[in-house]
Amino acid sequence: MALRSLFSRTSLAGLSAASRTSSCLDSKALGLAGLAQSRGLKTASLPDLPYDYGALEPAISGDIMQLHHKKHHQTYVTNYNKALEQLHEATLKGDVGTVVKLQSAIKFNGGGHVNHSIFWKNLAPVREGGGEPPHGSLGWAIDTHFGSVEALIQKMNAEGAALQGSGWVWLGLDKETKKLVVDTTANQDPLVTKGATLIPLLGIDVWEHAYYLQYKNVRPDYLKNIWKVMNWKYAGEIYQQECP
Amino acid sequence: MLPSPAKKQSSPFDRRRRASKAVAYFGLKPPPYQLDALEPHMSKKTVELHWGGHHRGYLENLNKALAKDDVLYSYTMDELITVTYNRGNPLPVFNNAAQVWNHDFFWESMQPGGGGIPELGLLDQIEKDFGSFTNFREKFVEAALTSFGSGWVWLVLKREEKHLAIVKTSNAFTPLIWDDIPIINLDVWEHAYYLDYKNERAKYVNAFMDHLVSWNTAMGRLARAEAFVNLGEPNIPVA
Repeated sequence: MALRSLFSRTSLAGLSAASRTSSCLDSKALGLAGLAQSRGLKTASLPDLPYDYGALEPAISGDIMQLHHKKHHQTYVTNYNKALEQLHEATLKGDVGTVVKLQSAIKFNGGGHVNHSIFWKNLAPVREGGGEPPHGSLGWAIDTHFGSVEALIQKMNAEGAALQGSGWVWLGLDKETKKLVVDTTANQDPLVTKGATLIPLLGIDVWEHAYYLQYKNVRPDYLKNIWKVMNWKYAGEIYQQECP
Repeated sequence: MLPSPAKKQSSPFDRRRRASKAVAYFGLKPPPYQLDALEPHMSKKTVELHWGGHHRGYLENLNKALAKDDVLYSYTMDELITVTYNRGNPLPVFNNAAQVWNHDFFWESMQPGGGGIPELGLLDQIEKDFGSFTNFREKFVEAALTSFGSGWVWLVLKREEKHLAIVKTSNAFTPLIWDDIPIINLDVWEHAYYLDYKNERAKYVNAFMDHLVSWNTAMGRLARAEAFVNLGEPNIPVA
């Protein structure tokens, strides 16, 4: 269709490309990445999931995991690489207008890649420790700052449910003050946009694509259930790195 | 003491205070067609969940908020949106009010057997402001695909500039806050298309343009808008 070929030439139209088969998309991504790498540009690539798509059932369905990883996250990666290529060219040419124009695409797609890469590590199947409450120093810190893990979960769920539109709810660590914080970001903004010293420990995707097929519009149910597959071990490791 | 004409009060003290006040809430307007009338481009399941779940949810939250707040009573929906937008610092109830309005507008912007090309004055105005209908369609679809996150895409008549334009808004925002006149809108929140199209927003937007959009409604809206915006300004010679 003429419109489709037009979009494949414009800069921000990765979304129409996502409707083609995934094999076509992969080869396109590889081709683009290969070209970019030959110029010394380090492109992003879709990380593998450390578990099967169905491993987080029944908290998160296999359908959602597959779509979320293979389609949504892949689209962010593809579009980020495309935007990066264009940014590189525009920077070399000194085309300031284009450099500025590309910032929102880089922030959105790059942020999507960063956030989702953390998200996959934040989740774990039950048999690999998903849902097990935090031990050690992170557990202590949570009790000190929030009173209890349950209180923290309630707070994050409340903020996640109240978030209008699309975004993320985070448990973060302030590198400087060594304090734990709960915060939200809009769209695909990474946590660091809320504070340069903030490090994400846990993030929950509250975009509708993260839960709609299974929970429909009942976001609070999704938020309640996701804690059953939360990988506190990962959060604990990051915390201990920063607060030894 | 006359009894209050409307809702039952919770205590005699309230009744005395509000004796002369009529109380009204907003109602849920159904789409102007059966819930399965937009199949196969928008499934009955989607319309049921979108209207019955999301739209109804916004409405109930709006009424709940209004029940607590005397100051916001007796506004029409349009006025309520402007007031709660609070000149750029929206009150919490803005989201609910605006989303109710946006969704009412959305259902009416579609019809079974929709799509195609508008006629008469609307087509003339589109050709005048976009060059051709094809160009307008391309721009509209592009706007829908480059909308990051949740939001809406609008065809509006700009009051000051006196021409049509395509506008993207995020979350609940609506061109009413800039005093522009909306002609059609398209919901690009994921809940609007996820069940039917998963992540393939392009397919959804094209289905909307080809099979759902109600140009009849749009023509009516433009005709009404011309009562407020003079699109055919005659060349008045300067004396």
